[in-house]
Amino acid sequence: MILSGDPPRSRVLTILLVVITLALLTTPILFPGAKAMNVAANICIFAALVASYDLLLGYTGTVSFAHTMFYGIGAYSIAIALYSLGPSWGAIAIGIAAGVPIAILLALAIGLFSLRVAAIFFAMITLAVASAFQVLASQLSWLTGGEDGRSFRLPELLQPGTVLVPKSALGFEINGKTLTYYLVFAASAAMILVLLRVVNSPFGRVLQAIRENRFRAEALGFRTVFHLTYANCIGATVAACAGMLSALWLRYVGPDTTLSFSIMLNILLMVVIGGMGTIYGAIIGSAIFILAQNYLQTLMHFGSRAAADAGVPLLPGLLHPDRWLLWLGLLFIASVYFFPTGVVGRLRGKPRPAP
Amino acid sequence: MTELASTDPLPKPKRDPLPALLPVVLALVMLPLVGSTSSWVTLTVASLAMGMMIFIMASGLTLVFGLMDVLNFGHGAFIAVGAYVATLVLLPLAGWMQADSLLSNLAVLVPAALLSMAVSGALGAVVERVLIRPVYGQHLKQILMTTGGLIVAEQALYALWGPDIIPLPLPSSFRGSFVFGDIAIAKYRVLAMLVGLVVFVGIQLVLNRTKIGLLIRAGVENREMVEALGYHIRRLFLGVFMVGSALAGVGGVMWALYREQVHASMGGELTVLMFIVIIIGGLGSIGGCFIGALLVAMVDNYGGFLVPKLALVSNILLMVAILMWRPRGLYAVTSR
Repeated sequence: MILSGDPPRSRVLTILLVVITLALLTTPILFPGAKAMNVAANICIFAALVASYDLLLGYTGTVSFAHTMFYGIGAYSIAIALYSLGPSWGAIAIGIAAGVPIAILLALAIGLFSLRVAAIFFAMITLAVASAFQVLASQLSWLTGGEDGRSFRLPELLQPGTVLVPKSALGFEINGKTLTYYLVFAASAAMILVLLRVVNSPFGRVLQAIRENRFRAEALGFRTVFHLTYANCIGATVAACAGMLSALWLRYVGPDTTLSFSIMLNILLMVVIGGMGTIYGAIIGSAIFILAQNYLQTLMHFGSRAAADAGVPLLPGLLHPDRWLLWLGLLFIASVYFFPTGVVGRLRGKPRPAP
Repeated sequence: MTELASTDPLPKPKRDPLPALLPVVLALVMLPLVGSTSSWVTLTVASLAMGMMIFIMASGLTLVFGLMDVLNFGHGAFIAVGAYVATLVLLPLAGWMQADSLLSNLAVLVPAALLSMAVSGALGAVVERVLIRPVYGQHLKQILMTTGGLIVAEQALYALWGPDIIPLPLPSSFRGSFVFGDIAIAKYRVLAMLVGLVVFVGIQLVLNRTKIGLLIRAGVENREMVEALGYHIRRLFLGVFMVGSALAGVGGVMWALYREQVHASMGGELTVLMFIVIIIGGLGSIGGCFIGALLVAMVDNYGGFLVPKLALVSNILLMVAILMWRPRGLYAVTSR
């Protein structure tokens, strides 16, 4: 019921998903350290963001490079509201009330303008629009704080200093940070479930039909541009909400954390590694990617030093922790080529037609 | 339909001069807006030089798309590779670069440019075989594969050359400007314009005067028909891809000298500009790409001078305006 009649359909996948969900649910209790909490919150936020991107890439087969733009719109709207109006719940509400419509309108404009044509055109136009938006955000410094971004304070209930249940009562402390974490967790989970509902609705079936054969879908009487634009708007809304969560969690927004092209690439990697056209792939992909991002680098650091000690040429440079994206890029190409259905597609076994 | 006798001359191809006039009109309109003649000349020369460089880089991209329906999101990687390879020659021979004779400057620059072309062309062949051949006809996978290629190339450049920006000073003969009265024209921009014109004329000659060019133009218009006539269009495509990559490489060298620095992220940054150019020009059209590059550069330069804030989004506005006028770009050549 809650999974909208689309269960994981694989025992290993089910176990993986349950383990990830339980781990995320219990992180503040089991690993209350700052880094672990950060990793867990990032996994939640990116799972929702990647799921919304999967709605576009995996279910409709359109490549958009403007997804970080919507993510950034959400983050900036919360940040600007909290920065200029002070830390209150009203400011958050205003941020949401401003950010979501802006994201929807922009998605509508881009969609109506460019979804009529081939996927490749849409990809180029979104890339251009997104890069213009990024430049705009870093130049309008009176509004966005420019390259430095904006730091702001949250309402008192969500501040890390607010202790709700002291450590002596339960053996672990519940403070504002914990509360924010659970807010992020619950909102992300809700968004993923909503997306699961969307893709398994008749509307979602039409999207898949468009992906498989746009001409035939049109011949069946579906207005494909309308459906694609609608999907684009839903994706943009969820992305904006994920951006809001990220702003609440970090208490900071800047062009590098929300709008940069590398985040867009990260999202692409997560979708493809997790599995296109399966909302569950977003959870798996973001968990793998963010764990790798945070812990693989440590591993590479050791590898790099070992190679340097052994006197192997070139290898220290290739294994340098900053070069982790090189290896993920190779993994990305290999996964597009060899298993385009990603981890989830592999685990489900039944080959789905590639989008 | 009227009957055509075999002796009748073939119908002349339709001329469409309107887009070609656009840059000229734009430049003339800007003259009173800019005000002073000397700054207008400087701006115009700057935009012509910038446009030529963008054209050199983007020409391969538009041909590759037109011929095989392949959009290479990793095209920017060739630009960066070209620039880095050129540093292999330019930096060790910095003494010759700074020598005050045109001959020794050119003795470094020309081999550097040739080496860049060779390396990026060879890399193009590898990319075409490894990344693009398996995914012909699948747009989505092409975009993903070539984007992945761009990431890997950028990171590999960082791993090989280190993450810092490499400064690359101009050779001494091309530093400074020609001065006529109160008009100053930077020497390097003249060189860039000349090279760009040579490349443009060269491509046009090859496309319009040789058999290979005929096949390429025919392939852009109708690939199946060329295949049906018994030509290996894949081999032709490999050749076009290599030449396009090589041009991107030499464009990268020119751009690096223009900015006087080399950085691996330059490829990704220029990709956006190149896409705007080839969309404006009409995918697959060399002439359109040329005009599009000039227009983008002009809007960038004039816009940056007149309304600096607008320069950030001026390219997007230009693209929207052009697409409102001609939805498939200035010259629509492909039937796709």
